Amino acid sequence: MNEFWHDAGCAFHPVSAPDYLPPSQLRQLQLHRLRAVVQSSYDKVELFRGRMKERGMTPEDIRQVTDIRHLPFTVKTDLRETYPFGLFATPMNEIVRMHASSGTTGKPIVVAYTQEDLRVWSSVMVRCFAAAGLDRGDIIQNAYGYGLFTGGLGAHYGAEALGATVIPISGGNTDRQIMLLKDFGATAICCTPSYFLRILERAPEMGIDLRDLPLKAGIFGAEPWTDEMRKRIEPEANIKAYDIYGLSEIIGPGVANECVVQDGLHIFEDHFYPEIIDPETLEPVPDGEEGELVLTTLSKQAMPMIRYRTRDITTLYKEQCPCGRTVRRMRRIARRSDDMFIIRGVNVYPSQIEEALLSVEGTSPHYQIVLTNDGSMDDVEVQVEVSPEAFSDKVSVMEGLRKKLSASIERTVNIRVNVRLVEPNKIARSEGKAQRLIDNRKK
Amino acid sequence: MKMHQLSMFLENKPGRLSEPCRLLADAGINILTLSVADTQQFGILRLIVAGWEQAKAVLEESGFVVNVTEVVATEVVDQPGGLAGILEIIESAGLNIEYMYAFTFRCEDKAVIVFRFDNNDDAVSALQEKGVNVVSGVELYERARQ
Repeated sequence: MNEFWHDAGCAFHPVSAPDYLPPSQLRQLQLHRLRAVVQSSYDKVELFRGRMKERGMTPEDIRQVTDIRHLPFTVKTDLRETYPFGLFATPMNEIVRMHASSGTTGKPIVVAYTQEDLRVWSSVMVRCFAAAGLDRGDIIQNAYGYGLFTGGLGAHYGAEALGATVIPISGGNTDRQIMLLKDFGATAICCTPSYFLRILERAPEMGIDLRDLPLKAGIFGAEPWTDEMRKRIEPEANIKAYDIYGLSEIIGPGVANECVVQDGLHIFEDHFYPEIIDPETLEPVPDGEEGELVLTTLSKQAMPMIRYRTRDITTLYKEQCPCGRTVRRMRRIARRSDDMFIIRGVNVYPSQIEEALLSVEGTSPHYQIVLTNDGSMDDVEVQVEVSPEAFSDKVSVMEGLRKKLSASIERTVNIRVNVRLVEPNKIARSEGKAQRLIDNRKK
Repeated sequence: MKMHQLSMFLENKPGRLSEPCRLLADAGINILTLSVADTQQFGILRLIVAGWEQAKAVLEESGFVVNVTEVVATEVVDQPGGLAGILEIIESAGLNIEYMYAFTFRCEDKAVIVFRFDNNDDAVSALQEKGVNVVSGVELYERARQ
């Protein structure tokens, strides 16, 4: 098979075939699967059946894919309130695995998979890797955490199904990560972008230049990151940095991935049906307009999700991708409505601050946003580490940098923030999802 | 005729100054002179040491950001008008002083002042043309030892 597509001289990989379905066939497949998943949820999930009945709807009301807009939404609290197994649609003897969120606030979120769900999950992960140009013969160092978190095992089985060599190193132990990158010659790494920053920072201290290693691609996800961050990462490691998207409630990583064009993430629409809604009116908006991403699992058995509100803000592209894939692309998620904070009446996303900071030359990608309240007014302090490139012995230069940073942030988010320059390594490094926002305001 | 100065970024917090000083002391490196420029939020520590390469390595190993800049050390007659005379030379050459600080020791009847000019080379020529003694690093380390 591999020989076939290499000889064909095109970028088509057989595992990616569903990415190239003609749109009419894709719609047919989606409709067929949507009807089935709505039927099984109706039959087996009490919460969903109740909501359908409230609306006077039955599964037969789904006659075309666009009828999805009449279905009730599912939200995160539904998962909490039915903890642990309330949304399962199959008996336990068909469920072969469970994962759970870290549950930093209250009960964790539990998700479940049948054997077939795991097969689908691996297949979409394979398509993620293939979209990023990886194949059999590649060595993939998987630094996502293994365990209850979906990232580790999701990427692991996908990489194996692709036929690549997996190094199941899991997260953490940065020195060992770097040693194995070098000794095993990994050609790709999977981790959060913030953890890769830590690796980038540590490698030179160990006398290793990542640019000299065979590493050529990073599959970075599990937290929002910006194009500005990509511009920092790629030249420093001489790799291509690809954005992967997913969430446990839907399947884990593997919902969408960037292709080599690096302009938007292809959503694997044959399994995950995307809609964009206006988060205020909850009405769908047309492709090309920004709103909240809502996903429906079209083939999930153990725990189907109908119109799950992701809280992620994005846009579906209208144009087809130059790579030839027909499945739609979404703009990379830079904003999560969950991360949004309101300061003096203005909505601000941490990613906007990241973008503003990194657009100023010589700034370090290590930053943290601290919110405080002195009893009357909210205050934002953005702490940025001073990089060796930006440091000067002249106070005027350092003050100038500080002012440039606050001005850049002020231009982007329209509020005044206090920028504090801090010493290198003063901001805690993360091995998983970075904590960019610290809210010390009294609730 | 120029000499090397180390500068470091420090947060404006209690105890921040003692750490680099302790590190240098443990490495047996003597500080010849220093100055701290401070703002409300942060400070910049500037150091002249004998053996700046070693000092830089010691500080960087502990995670400090260290810059090396060239500065000019000049002898100034220690009497009223001594410094003014030097400043007039700089002024008439159209040069700017970014900052300056003094050495703790004197050489006979002269004080030694460290200058950071916007253009160090032009400043050195202007000073030497007027017969001002610009002191080299090596010379200073020798004098400090006496």
